[in-house]
Amino acid sequence: MKDKFIIANKRFNSRLIVGTGKYKSMRECAKAVKLSGADIVTVAVRRVNISNKKRPLLMDFIDPKKITYLPNTAGCFNAEDALRTLRLAREIGGWKLVKLEVLGDKRNLFPEMIETLKSTEILSKEGFNVMVYCNDDPLMAKRLENSGACAIMPLAAPIGSGLGIQNKVNIKIIRAQTKLPLIIDAGLGQASDATIAMELGCDGVLVNTAIARAKKPFEMAMAFKNAVIAGRQSFLSGRIEMSLMGKASSPKKGII
Amino acid sequence: MKKIKKIKIRLNGKVKLITEHYKIQNLLRDVKVPIKKVAIELNQEILDKKKLNKIKLRKNDKIEIVHFIGGG
Repeated sequence: MKDKFIIANKRFNSRLIVGTGKYKSMRECAKAVKLSGADIVTVAVRRVNISNKKRPLLMDFIDPKKITYLPNTAGCFNAEDALRTLRLAREIGGWKLVKLEVLGDKRNLFPEMIETLKSTEILSKEGFNVMVYCNDDPLMAKRLENSGACAIMPLAAPIGSGLGIQNKVNIKIIRAQTKLPLIIDAGLGQASDATIAMELGCDGVLVNTAIARAKKPFEMAMAFKNAVIAGRQSFLSGRIEMSLMGKASSPKKGII
Repeated sequence: MKKIKKIKIRLNGKVKLITEHYKIQNLLRDVKVPIKKVAIELNQEILDKKKLNKIKLRKNDKIEIVHFIGGG
């Protein structure tokens, strides 16, 4: 197959990346991940619950040898915390591929781009492969690329909002200017949103809430899997020109 | 009999009393943490997991043990 999805020199089969948060249980999460066909899952770094010795571990449900763990910095509001979190993540098991996410506002959860840029630079120099969650600003995306990001991950809309892609034009501009993997991260609400992202020329999408909080997460996981495949095929197939007037599909010749 | 001296440390934000000269490895064994699946920080410095049996805890040390959980 010629259509390769490569991030930081590693090839992946699925263009759908899924988050592992907000599920009712780890069992439900693991099943949804499996049904989604994702090769990469995002994970958060948190304190071990010391008092509960029977605590279930994510790694017991999703095998990091089979699925690539992408540690994130969710909950970090400055470069210092984000760097600390990812250095710890690397220590857990040698993870170098990471998702940087530095937030700037607790209500809208938009990324704090100054801190994000600063962190990208430092992490890249430390040998991390940094996939960067960012706003949909082409100029900032360019700066991230120049600072060593290995993938650009603009939001579709605020995290968990389910609003879908709000600024298609910006996404298209970012697509046109970069050869880095472009992955829509955050704000998708339904499968068709993923198809639209792929039809805009994105290399992949990252989805968490839309699957985890759907009434039927397993079915939605499959819907997103199919939507990403459909969108990619549609993008590669080359859509027809848009026309204001109708163009008949049946030949005029031989009309009775 | 010599009285065993206890010192106060902070483990994942909570105060814990341990015996003086206690090693990090002993502490991890007590709380039943699978070392391969966690990262450990002592006073904001990441520890080399191979050296856990060499590091003795001191009064007011702050230890953080983290792992991966579900997240987006």
